[in-house]
Amino acid sequence: MAQLVNLLSRIERVREEYFVRIRIAEENRALEHAAAVKIQSWFRGCQTRAYLRYLNKKATLMQKIWRGFSARRIFRKMLEAAFFTRKMNLCNQMAVRIQKTWRGYYVRQYVHNYYARKIYLEGLTRKNEEVRKTLEEFAEFQRRMREQERTEREEREKCILAQKMHFLLSTKQCPGVYNSPFRDSPGEMELRMRSAKPPLAKSPSRHKDRIGKKMESPTEAGSATHLPPIRTKKPQGPFRQPLEVWQQRYRPLEPTLRVATSITALEEAREELRREEWRGRVVDHPFHPFSNTSRQSEKYEPLIHASAPFEQVAYGTKHFREEKKEILQEKEPFKTVFTSCQVFDKFGRLYSNAGKIV
Amino acid sequence: MTQRQVLQAFEQYQRSRTQFVQTVAELATRPQNIETLQHAGVVSLLRPLLLDGVPTIQQTAALALGRLANHSDDLAEAVVKGGILPQLVYSLAEQNRFYKKAAAFVLRAVAKHSPELAQAVVDCGALDALVLCLEEFDPGVKEAAAWALGYIARHNAELSLSVVEAGAVPLLVLCVQEPEIAVRRIAASSLSDISKHSPELAQTVVDTGAIAYLAQMILNPDAKLKRQVFSALSQISKHSVDLAEMVVEAEVFPAALACLKDPDEYVRKNVATLMREIAKHTPELSQMVVNCGGVAAVIDYLGDSRANVRLPGIMMLGYVAAHRENLAMAVIVSRGVSQLAICLVEEPEDHIKAATVWAFGQIGRHTPEHARAVASANVLPKLLDLYMDPGSSEDLQAKSKRALKGILQKCTHLPALEPLLCDAPSNILKHVACQFSKILPHDSQARRLFVTSGGLKKVQEIEAEAGSALQEHINSINNCFPAEIVRYYSPGYSETLLEKVEKYQPA
Repeated sequence: MAQLVNLLSRIERVREEYFVRIRIAEENRALEHAAAVKIQSWFRGCQTRAYLRYLNKKATLMQKIWRGFSARRIFRKMLEAAFFTRKMNLCNQMAVRIQKTWRGYYVRQYVHNYYARKIYLEGLTRKNEEVRKTLEEFAEFQRRMREQERTEREEREKCILAQKMHFLLSTKQCPGVYNSPFRDSPGEMELRMRSAKPPLAKSPSRHKDRIGKKMESPTEAGSATHLPPIRTKKPQGPFRQPLEVWQQRYRPLEPTLRVATSITALEEAREELRREEWRGRVVDHPFHPFSNTSRQSEKYEPLIHASAPFEQVAYGTKHFREEKKEILQEKEPFKTVFTSCQVFDKFGRLYSNAGKIV
Repeated sequence: MTQRQVLQAFEQYQRSRTQFVQTVAELATRPQNIETLQHAGVVSLLRPLLLDGVPTIQQTAALALGRLANHSDDLAEAVVKGGILPQLVYSLAEQNRFYKKAAAFVLRAVAKHSPELAQAVVDCGALDALVLCLEEFDPGVKEAAAWALGYIARHNAELSLSVVEAGAVPLLVLCVQEPEIAVRRIAASSLSDISKHSPELAQTVVDTGAIAYLAQMILNPDAKLKRQVFSALSQISKHSVDLAEMVVEAEVFPAALACLKDPDEYVRKNVATLMREIAKHTPELSQMVVNCGGVAAVIDYLGDSRANVRLPGIMMLGYVAAHRENLAMAVIVSRGVSQLAICLVEEPEDHIKAATVWAFGQIGRHTPEHARAVASANVLPKLLDLYMDPGSSEDLQAKSKRALKGILQKCTHLPALEPLLCDAPSNILKHVACQFSKILPHDSQARRLFVTSGGLKKVQEIEAEAGSALQEHINSINNCFPAEIVRYYSPGYSETLLEKVEKYQPA
């Protein structure tokens, strides 16, 4: 109750105080409001600036990182390009070196071979000398032949003349034309006439022989077969075309197959086949593709591993092949013996007999 | 009148006809009688005798006509105009061989004068009749027919073509294989006349296998046959590379060189022609000819022969040297340059000189070595003389100018160039000066020689237009020497010195 009385006495004061305070507050409202706004604005500004600063810093950081990354990438590309050009330059120089050597060799060997040309010209001079000498000899030979022939012909003519002019021979009483008494010895013609024999009677067959001989000169190249001489009297009758006649005369031999094969043809063919085999066989086992299709006839043996179910096996299971006989139906038994490993044959026995292993 | 008297009149007529015709035939062998015979109208008189009943009169009349037509072309024209040819052609198919020989002789005599007369012979259908005659067995008839065909085909390509189309070529090739030498000669000559006009005709002749038979006859001893054989082979091979290669494949080559020493000069000339036609096509063929010693043989042949016969040999050397420089060097090494120089001096004819000059040009234009070889034979002054001589033909002048230019552009042998400084025209001098200006800057020994031999003096005396190439070369030559020496050798130097002496005032 005391409190209530206190309180009631203070109500008036409170009301007054309340109105005074409100008045003061009202008077200071604008001021305080302005001040509060100012403080708030300043603080917001600080806040924003701090935030902006923060953002700027982060942006800078991102840009910095990005630019570094990007520039390093470019730099790496430039480095690669520079390395590549340097390598290509080196390759080009080396290629130029190779090409230079090759071209020098090629031109000196094939295009303008100085030594080959020199040898050729020397050889040519020698050949020319040879040809000149041979031609000279040939010309000389021909000249001598002609001379010889001419002298022989003159000789023959003089002989014939002497035979014909036999009547001009000098007799004991009357000296002949060629045996002038004012000369010491008779003339050449006189001597010939003295030694000349009378000519034989000409027979028609000899005449024909001479005509035949005159038509074929002795050094004719190429006409090995002599045709009979053309008769002076043309025989009567219808004739075949000259082309046919020539073809018939010069028809080549056409032997039958039986005649043309030799007796030993079969043996020769066998020999030939053997030689062919010997020459040609390079591969002993020829490759026949799809040849192991014959193995398809073999039966397929399934795996033991795949015929068991794929489950976790209990710990401690011992696996013996012979336990599950039904899986093992058709399979071959395991080989229990294997070839021994020869590494250990000499173990302990290399240097002394003492370490023998039984 | 008894039967005998009647028959006597006929016999008398026959006798007088025979006598007339035989006398005319004999008179026609001498050229001085022929004009008289022509004026007497012998052709019109002989014409009815061709149709006479007696074979001897026919034959003798034909023979007389042949001899008359052989002599001159107006008589041949008279024979053609007189309409005798169709009658001859008709009887060619029917009569005996003496008549055929005589008729073929008339046809040949008419056809040989000019292409129009040959065309007239062809127009009468003579070709088929002559080809039929080629199939006869008698060699005289074959010879006469082949000769007539050859003369017809000689004139131009159309006539040759008509001869070929009449089917004469295979028969001519058969005639070439006959045993009688005269038939072979004429057949070879006809083949040569046919194949000389065009490559197609030559190909036709080759297709019948003529080359093998002709090649077999190369070493025959008869000179006239060899002439015709080589002429035929060279006419075949001149048209194209393939034909030339076919001739070479027939193994003509080392054997043909032996015929270069034949005593008959036309055989040698035809061999040289064959070699020229083969060597001119490609470097490989020339190489083949050189390798079998052909160049040496031809050079010896040039030494042995004189006048026109040398021409194919000279041209062959020129063609061989033109292809490649090693072939030109082969010609030089076989002593070709000295032989050609002898030819140039000895021969008076302009066309042979022109060919020699051309050959020199081909040899010397390849490299300085070749030019030096040509210049050492003392050829350049002669070339210059031929160029400057007003008496030489235009062809010779043009060829010597080109040869000189070609050789000078490669010549580095100064002692040979100096004689040309004296009296050469400016277009030649320009090249000489160019060569000097190329060599003198680098060789001091040459400069010394140039001065001592008087070359510098001559160069100063040359008058050239300012700005021309000649002046530039002269300037570059002058730049190789010190100025005093150039002034010393310049013309009129002694006068300038004397003037200086006059003007000089002793102190």
